Amino acid sequence: MSARADKSGRYWIALAGVLILFLAPLAISYWDQPFYLDVLMRLMILAIAAISLNLILGYGGMISLGHSVYIGIGAYAVGIPAYYDEYSGILQLLLALGGCGVFALITGAICLRTRGAYFIMITLAFAQMMYFTFVSIEEYGGDDGLVIYARSDFGGLLDLENNVVLYYVILGCLLLALLLVHRIVNSHFGMVIRGTKSNELRMQTVGFPTFRYQLSCYVISGMLCGLAGWLMGNFTGFISPEMMDWTRSGELIAMVILGGPGTLFGPAVGAAIFILMETVLSEITVYWHLYLGLLLILVAKFASKGFGALAGRIRGAR
Amino acid sequence: MSEPLLEVSGLSRSFGGIAATSDVSLKISRGEIHAVIGPNGAGKTTLVALLAGELAADSGTIRFREDDITLDATPARARRGLARTFQVTSIFSEFSALENVALAAQAHTGHSFRFWKPAAEDAALRQGALEALQKVGLGDASERNAGEMSHGEHRLLEMAMALATNPVMLLLDEPAAGLGPEETTAMVGLLQELKQDKGVLLVEHDMDVVFAIADRITVMVSGKTIATGSPTEIRNDDRVRKAYLGEEG
Ligand SMILES: Nc1ncnc2c1ncn2[C@@H]1O[C@H](COP(=O)(O)OP(=O)(O)OP(=O)(O)O)[C@@H](O)[C@H]1O
Ligand SMILES: [Mg+2]
Repeated sequence: MSARADKSGRYWIALAGVLILFLAPLAISYWDQPFYLDVLMRLMILAIAAISLNLILGYGGMISLGHSVYIGIGAYAVGIPAYYDEYSGILQLLLALGGCGVFALITGAICLRTRGAYFIMITLAFAQMMYFTFVSIEEYGGDDGLVIYARSDFGGLLDLENNVVLYYVILGCLLLALLLVHRIVNSHFGMVIRGTKSNELRMQTVGFPTFRYQLSCYVISGMLCGLAGWLMGNFTGFISPEMMDWTRSGELIAMVILGGPGTLFGPAVGAAIFILMETVLSEITVYWHLYLGLLLILVAKFASKGFGALAGRIRGAR
Repeated sequence: MSEPLLEVSGLSRSFGGIAATSDVSLKISRGEIHAVIGPNGAGKTTLVALLAGELAADSGTIRFREDDITLDATPARARRGLARTFQVTSIFSEFSALENVALAAQAHTGHSFRFWKPAAEDAALRQGALEALQKVGLGDASERNAGEMSHGEHRLLEMAMALATNPVMLLLDEPAAGLGPEETTAMVGLLQELKQDKGVLLVEHDMDVVFAIADRITVMVSGKTIATGSPTEIRNDDRVRKAYLGEEG
């Protein structure tokens, strides 16, 4: 019963969150504070990335320390065509999803031969290889990255140059990511993924060839994060290898942990906390990561299910 | 007698210097309970793990339903109809009892690349799982969290998970260990019912259970099989009495 109250509490909060996100542009334009539109866009893009990471980390037990590489690939899928004056949104999106899918398939097939700390290290190694590859390509700016002068072009269908349109596209993608993950984790496929996290040997003994399911999950997660990267490239109008540095991956893990791994809304809550801290604290000190670290320690110690669960508990126990 | 379901010959596996299982050969037919007994560390669990494919054999062959499965991976063996239970409970502790069994059943309903519909709404899967739970006497516990069940219930859940895969052959590693007298009686009844259309390899320490239901018995000591025969033959076997049964008086 308390579990159910917990759950309904969480859903009401999520609904309120979505409503706020829907109406925010109105308030922001009323008070003429475009800065906050940018903050919310970045928040939602990182939320999508964290949601995609949560699919493998929270539900699948596959701890990747190289997930931001997919943000990078997705963003370069906007930047590199743009460098050649190719702005087709469809093409860039396909490149982002396809590129991430192929990268996840190849690296995942190798990573998933290992477990535990080795898995973490190999995901990290592949991501850093990609990072240094882009650092070394002078043509695309190397270290300095590339400026993207125009956003993805969808003809008359969508005008992403308009920030409010981009905002709602990002919000749409966020809702899509939530729906997708919600359906996947409860499906037959999702049960295999969660079962494998719980007890892989048992899964194999009852007859599941777990590798192919885990690899598929890894690819789906990478592609979903590629969507976030595509949005990020459009949003920032600038790309650099720094986007896929392993510290960025660490931040994604922090978001998942803060919000609650293996919960639907947790990663989005985690991204919100992260952005909130970054926005508020970085005004005060450049060492704001120190406070992020402290918060992570507190969460790990006292609220291992993350802030998402905590919020549900407060509302549910009313 | 019919062709044996399972035919093991010369199966060996050692860990470092210890031969956990050495040169084991046995045959099990449909409709037969074949008990494997032996003192602690005799290599019984190692044998089960070799048969299920969790451990690779150093040498020897395993034939199941006339196919050589020695090199098959664990999931492939399971899908051929070979199911096992674990001596040390191995379940999905964060799932409900029903979900545990439904997941086992799901492994045998084609591929699981089904991404959209909730598995919990798969009526056929739930029905099959519920029947397996009822069969072992856990029908009323289906919604309980598996991790919070008692040791005895875990033994039964292990059985239900094995049954849900609709196996041809069961490898049971001490299914009755730690059960109370009533639960043990129920387990014996269940095993007798199951052997009607399946083969059963039963590892068991409780000699009353073994001699009550086994059709054949293999005795293992230090990785080797020292005798195989009917319960009467085993009871009267000198080597067995000396090496094993004698210890218990
Ligand atoms: N993974 C392993 N690594 C090293 N040694 C092992 C391993 N598994 C089993 N052994 C050893 O192999 C021998 C046989 O062990 P096994 O578990 O098969 O015995 P058992 O007959 O099932 O005993 P019990 O009645 O206590 O369950 C033991 O000496 C054990 O220590
Ligand atoms: Mg054993």
